[in-house]
Amino acid sequence: MKLTIPEQELMEKGHMACLGCGGSLAMRYLLKALGKDTMMAIPACCWAVIPGVFPYSCLEIPLQYVAFEATGAAISGMEAALKAKGKKDGVTVVGWAGDGGTVDIGIQALSGAVERGHDVKYVCYDNEAYMNTGIQRSSATPKGAWTTTTPVGNTRFWKQTNKKNIVEIMAAHDIPYACTASVAYPEDLIKKAKKMKDIKGPCYMHIYAPCPTGWKYPPEKTIELSRLATESCIFPLYEVTYGKYKINKDIKDEKKKPIIDYLRSQGRFRKLDEETIRSLQKHVDDEWIKLKKKVECFGEE
Amino acid sequence: MARSMAMAGNIAAAYSTKQINPHVVAAYPITPQTTMMEKFSEYVANGEVDTELICVESEHSAMSACVGAAAAGGRVITSTAANGLALMFEIVYIAASNRLPIIMCVMNRALSAPINIHGDHSDSMGCRDSGWIQIYNENAQEVYDTMFMGVRIGEHKDVRLPVMVNLDGFITSHKIEKVDTLEDAEVRKFIGEYEPFYPLLDIENPVTYGPLDLTDYYFEHKRQQVEAMEKALPVVKKISKEYSNYTGRNYDILESYHLDDADCAIVTMSSTAGTTKFVVDKMRSEGKKVGMLKVRLFRPFPVEEIRECLSGLKSVAVLDRSASFGGFGGPLFNEIRNAMYDVDGKPSIVNYIFGLGGRDISAVQIEGVYDRLMTAQAKMPGDVHYIGVRGD
Repeated sequence: MKLTIPEQELMEKGHMACLGCGGSLAMRYLLKALGKDTMMAIPACCWAVIPGVFPYSCLEIPLQYVAFEATGAAISGMEAALKAKGKKDGVTVVGWAGDGGTVDIGIQALSGAVERGHDVKYVCYDNEAYMNTGIQRSSATPKGAWTTTTPVGNTRFWKQTNKKNIVEIMAAHDIPYACTASVAYPEDLIKKAKKMKDIKGPCYMHIYAPCPTGWKYPPEKTIELSRLATESCIFPLYEVTYGKYKINKDIKDEKKKPIIDYLRSQGRFRKLDEETIRSLQKHVDDEWIKLKKKVECFGEE
Repeated sequence: MARSMAMAGNIAAAYSTKQINPHVVAAYPITPQTTMMEKFSEYVANGEVDTELICVESEHSAMSACVGAAAAGGRVITSTAANGLALMFEIVYIAASNRLPIIMCVMNRALSAPINIHGDHSDSMGCRDSGWIQIYNENAQEVYDTMFMGVRIGEHKDVRLPVMVNLDGFITSHKIEKVDTLEDAEVRKFIGEYEPFYPLLDIENPVTYGPLDLTDYYFEHKRQQVEAMEKALPVVKKISKEYSNYTGRNYDILESYHLDDADCAIVTMSSTAGTTKFVVDKMRSEGKKVGMLKVRLFRPFPVEEIRECLSGLKSVAVLDRSASFGGFGGPLFNEIRNAMYDVDGKPSIVNYIFGLGGRDISAVQIEGVYDRLMTAQAKMPGDVHYIGVRGD
């Protein structure tokens, strides 16, 4: 039998993630793709806890825990030291952060790192809120979502603003490679991670990583929900390689699922009214059209 | 062999950094540090160093990049001042707690608000409990020499701690002085090759820096950090002695000036020590028994050595270039008086806060302090005084 997923495990058993954690699957796949010659920095996020409390760790790679907002800068320093010592060849320097550590507090250091052109790979596993601290909203939280800081009260309801589009922000930095990936499509994730490894220069990967604890759905539904997110074009799989856009999982109009199925499967969207759902659907449709236009205008020939 | 050059403190810091030829320098511009990094950027642009220079987008990222580079296995240098150091604060602790021997020049400058670009010690004193070795330098020559000693001290196997090389903003950073330099080869011989402990770049033996460490072990790790600081003291002494023998320029953790037969003394740090020496010379020529103690090493604080120097004096004035709001006097005064508390026949010790925001301190004002020490004899009235401020 031909395996499409590398057999090597660099994430051992015994991690501390919740049941059904999308973020832990994402790490496992990423390390399978990158292999052991990988050096990583992790800021405050669920993954600061998942490897285990000292003296235990489930990750078999050189690893540095850094401050919440510091990932981009820390990997810049790691890469620079490797270069200066003539040890950079063959070693992939990775920043691995959650959505809050990427789109909120860490966006400055990330922007600085990719602008300077360091040969680093930054991977964000996006569970759409500050899950490690207890489900507080981040700027990656989608409109309409309940979190502990966007509770549904008498005068205010759920998050009122749209999710920040960090992939486009990264693409706008004119970096060699920016992409999305999802734990529901591991072959695609691994292919993209290997592509990043081979590209010299800053690369950005944004992984859709559902959180049963924070999104309020049964842990066994993580993959199903991830697939639904892509099939309803809420989280399209695409990549921008040297400015050229490509959709990796095309969704034909007739196959495109309405977002209501996606919303109704999660407790965080439980109280949404019809009108808000309609406005969310319109936003998803608009963004999908925008993406397809980009492929049309700036696609690979 | 060595030659004398005219250079400002910042250029001395840049030139010594060039001679150290570190793997990585990461820094962000802030007055009065900028001329150091401008000079160093020239060295990089001219291929005079092998260093990877990272012009980061903030001081927070400067220190974060330094931590990343040092953990990876590099010899690393940065520099900053005032608000830049304040922005780094979180990572300053992380650098020390990960036991990474980074060198940081701090061109001591007043903290905002209101905005002031001139020299005082409020920035580095805010970091006095961060776990960094702190050395305060009187002039450009000391800055130049301390950089090399700093490398050896921080990287020493018993220490493995970052070192802050402090110089007074503008007063020392921009004043051009004569500096006796070493040849590159002499510097290389003194500092040696860097052998990192447990570097990340050892891919075959993966290690983790700074993991989650809760009630089970955190306390032990902090206790070890305290011990590393304790062990740093004899190492600073040893390296200073070795460097003195190597260059013929005398260095120690303290510098005592006419203390042996003195009745009263001023204790201070950095450039003010130079002015104070001038005053001591003048008063000595008038037959007055005054002396001075310059504290070079503030962290770890050399308690025993301080006691030896100050025992037998009648009265001491500690001159602090920073205020500790709500505290009992300035940081240096706190340490000195605390150190002397159990000494039999200890001198009376008073505190003077001076020079905040770069306010000049004159020889006349310092002489005034000595005059009051001499006339008050056994006990000065009051504990904390101010020099040269309106309404005091």
